Amino acid sequence: MTLIRGAVPYGEGDPVDILVEDGRISEIGNVKGYDGEVTDARGLVALPGFVDLHTHLREPGREDTETVDTGSKAAALGGYTAVFAMANTDPVADNPVVVEHVWRRGREVGLVDVHPIGAVTVGLKGERLAELGAMARSAANVRIFSDDGMCVADPLIMRRALEYGKGLDILIAQHAEEPRLTVGAQAHEGEAAARLGLAGWPAAAEESIVARDCLLAGHVGARLHVCHVSTAGTADVLRWAKARGTQVSAEVTPHHLLLDDDRLATYDPVNKVNPPLRTSSDTKVLREALAEGVIDCVATDHAPHAPQDKDCEWAAARPGMLGLQTALSVVVATMVRPGLLDWRGVARVMSERPAEIAGLPDQGRPVAVGEPANLVLVDPDRTWTVRGAELASLAGNTPYEGMELPGVVHTTLLRGRVTAREGQARV
Amino acid sequence: MRHLLSCENLGADQATAILDTAGALKQALLGREVRKLPTLRGRTVITMFYENSTRTRVSFEIAGKWMSADVVNVSSGGSSVSKGESLRDTALTLAAAGADCVIVRHPASGAAQRLADWLGGTHTSVVNAGDGTHEHPTQALLDAATLRERLGGLTGRRVAIVGDVLHSRVARSNVHLLTTLGAEVVLVAPPTLLPAGVESWPVSVSHELDAELSAVDAVMMLRVQAERMHGGFFPSAREYSIAYGLSEARMRQLPDHAVVLHPGPMLRGMEIASAVADSPRAAINDQVRNGVHVRMAVLYHLLAGEEEVA
Repeated sequence: MTLIRGAVPYGEGDPVDILVEDGRISEIGNVKGYDGEVTDARGLVALPGFVDLHTHLREPGREDTETVDTGSKAAALGGYTAVFAMANTDPVADNPVVVEHVWRRGREVGLVDVHPIGAVTVGLKGERLAELGAMARSAANVRIFSDDGMCVADPLIMRRALEYGKGLDILIAQHAEEPRLTVGAQAHEGEAAARLGLAGWPAAAEESIVARDCLLAGHVGARLHVCHVSTAGTADVLRWAKARGTQVSAEVTPHHLLLDDDRLATYDPVNKVNPPLRTSSDTKVLREALAEGVIDCVATDHAPHAPQDKDCEWAAARPGMLGLQTALSVVVATMVRPGLLDWRGVARVMSERPAEIAGLPDQGRPVAVGEPANLVLVDPDRTWTVRGAELASLAGNTPYEGMELPGVVHTTLLRGRVTAREGQARV
Repeated sequence: MRHLLSCENLGADQATAILDTAGALKQALLGREVRKLPTLRGRTVITMFYENSTRTRVSFEIAGKWMSADVVNVSSGGSSVSKGESLRDTALTLAAAGADCVIVRHPASGAAQRLADWLGGTHTSVVNAGDGTHEHPTQALLDAATLRERLGGLTGRRVAIVGDVLHSRVARSNVHLLTTLGAEVVLVAPPTLLPAGVESWPVSVSHELDAELSAVDAVMMLRVQAERMHGGFFPSAREYSIAYGLSEARMRQLPDHAVVLHPGPMLRGMEIASAVADSPRAAINDQVRNGVHVRMAVLYHLLAGEEEVA
């Protein structure tokens, strides 16, 4: 039992007290006669706990960079109450054994609901379907499948995955990257990459796959989710597909909202990510598309990497950047401060829509009596300075190093239990 | 000047100073029986080549030796490099071992810049001897030295750079340096071999070599690498050669004073006809000769300069 005193749900209206009992919100208002644990939430915004559809927890295989334990801490500190762990582990999560392992580790740690994502194809090779049904029916109850990191490039395999998935009521999440158009690609194909001599990753390599997959999903009547939308053109394709009734959802990462390829000039691979940082005009369009709902939600693509995989020449570096603990602040900086989203909008793109897309019944729920107490309390006025070494992840590869960002996660509650408070994850 | 990493960040004054020094060194060595200056005695220069290269490595080695530096060559085969040591560790090791200057060629764009960042806390200078498809500044400097010799100067001169601009570090460095020194540049290539956003470069672009030849003071032919021929960038070597090769007939369209440059190694019969390469217009051997003097000048400015220029 805990009492949140003086929070402002969705940043709207007067401060209220939120009483949490048995993992649920039992009372909202001016709570009197309570003498248990109190969270002083004056000046804080109360939102439903965040849901990340795209996280790399690196377990099993790269426990030197992140584990379910450290990743869960980072998630709780970032305000998340549920994360989806990508399948590109070693071994690949393309069978019930691996997904159940990840799921079980998440439960043991208990700081955030860890939902494993299963691979679409065996070994992420794009050649034949993994046992989607076996993973869906396993204890891990896998709802989302993705070969993230790799594109399911073969149109027939993609069609079959979408079509077969319908029978399991699962969602295929595509990493849209036409492989023939991105051979050796190192950076967004544009002025910056050309000047720096980095092989180009053209926007059309993403847009053509998204367009194709929308057509396929429409054709077979399946749902499709587009991972990490990075280009203005993809936003156009999504707008078109949604207008014609395609069941497509899409996510954008915080880094594609904030950062652009101007940062590449130092050749510091901390800025290397896949899909690559695009242009400033792309970031502008992505922000608008997110505000408008053409892009449904924010997902971190949190990708921890060891120092030796980043402290090297650009071409040798692995793509990816940390994201769980900085996501909210980047959304505040890019969406809330410029007036593109209010706090209700933040709840929509970081909690409600991702929970809906994933089909999580107890996440992304309203801040209301009777609802599960999956909550995050945010200090909207405070700023903080990002230090990779101070983040909970084992790796420290944040592109925001030294940046002062607005919006601080004060407290996170998972089913009424405090999982993070003032920068400390509760173990 | 602490490092030489690119021509993009090389000012006109710095570039001119290097070229002037190169000219002075050339004069100083002219007719000498013993081609050795004591300037860099006691300095250690290490060449670190992660790509095969004969002419550039030899040119730097000779440059260092003529300046009396101790020159050590490290190649990726037969060293810790081939044992999987990171570039960073190799660089720090060489710096700790006493290198005053590391000359690096690497297949990754930006490798020299990274090296300079890692060596920030040391006194070691870095010279970029070619990084991926980014830059090859000493090549552009030796091209500029050759053009200055042949044309008397670069201001207002028009230079055509012909061929695989997309993958060419020589082209990038030359675009920066030539425009910095006041020359006009026209890039001539099929659209598949031009970089994205080339419209924003301070150059003009043409897809037709014949249309450009009569108006240029120099034409710089780029090597067409074998892997590009099979990469679908153009239909065939024959078609490329017909459209973009510098044939004898095309050479006749050039003004009388115009110079032909090629960074080498040449594919005779492909991008340049043999008779053109061997003609008096071709400055290809001058380029190689000047390469030594330009690299001597670069080492001089990095290692013997009293104060840091930039």
